[in-house]
Amino acid sequence: MSEERKLAIICSKGSLDMAYPGLVLANAARMMGIEADLFFTFWGMDIITKDKVDHLKVVPVGNPAMHMPQFVGGLPGMTDMATTMMKREIEKLDMPPVREFLEMVHDAGCGIWACKMAAEMMHLKREDLVDEVDGIIGAMEFLEKAEGAQLLFI
Amino acid sequence: MLTKELNVALDAEGFMTDPSQWTPEIAEMMAVEEGIAPLTERHWQVINWVRQEAASSGEFPSLRAISKRSGVDTKELYELFPKGPARKIARCAGYPKPKGCI
Repeated sequence: MSEERKLAIICSKGSLDMAYPGLVLANAARMMGIEADLFFTFWGMDIITKDKVDHLKVVPVGNPAMHMPQFVGGLPGMTDMATTMMKREIEKLDMPPVREFLEMVHDAGCGIWACKMAAEMMHLKREDLVDEVDGIIGAMEFLEKAEGAQLLFI
Repeated sequence: MLTKELNVALDAEGFMTDPSQWTPEIAEMMAVEEGIAPLTERHWQVINWVRQEAASSGEFPSLRAISKRSGVDTKELYELFPKGPARKIARCAGYPKPKGCI
């Protein structure tokens, strides 16, 4: 694979189902020898926040792909049920839980960056974030890192 | 000597299509072509484990499985097989290009 190819992914959503696309693509890029960086912002900060990363959820309400009436999705326990089901299916595919996935992509050489503005807004400090985070950076610094990269917003 | 000059079946990208034709000498030649020669004992640990696993399960193992069970972790895999470990491991082990996402 060409050495100059580069991928930069912005993860802006914090639900369990939206955590995986970025991690899977970043990992696939590294497996192929493509440089990769993950930039977490807004709700995506949950994915790299120590006390949130193991508790990400799949929310049925507002998700038409769940194929159920909206009021059913809003019943107590439905979010937990959808989350448990998705975690089970992910495990069957040999996909690691999010925390382990972060460790794996980082060991594979993928950069993991937190958004400075989102961190300030949510009152998160470096020690609140998982160890794999390489730094808390601003939008301009991210754009510098992403120079020449294919960009993906999730 | 290049692998394409050998009497083994290769696809357009140089992956072996019949793992039973593999020999350790082919692995060394693949390693030269992938720029990682000479193969060390740690490379062989990965290649041997992968071949054993693929033969017993019938499927080429994911990089995650290799990192968890071969005795060589993710960081070391990327050091041993830099710039695309999935491709390099499969080529050296004499298997087709891995199709898995992980």
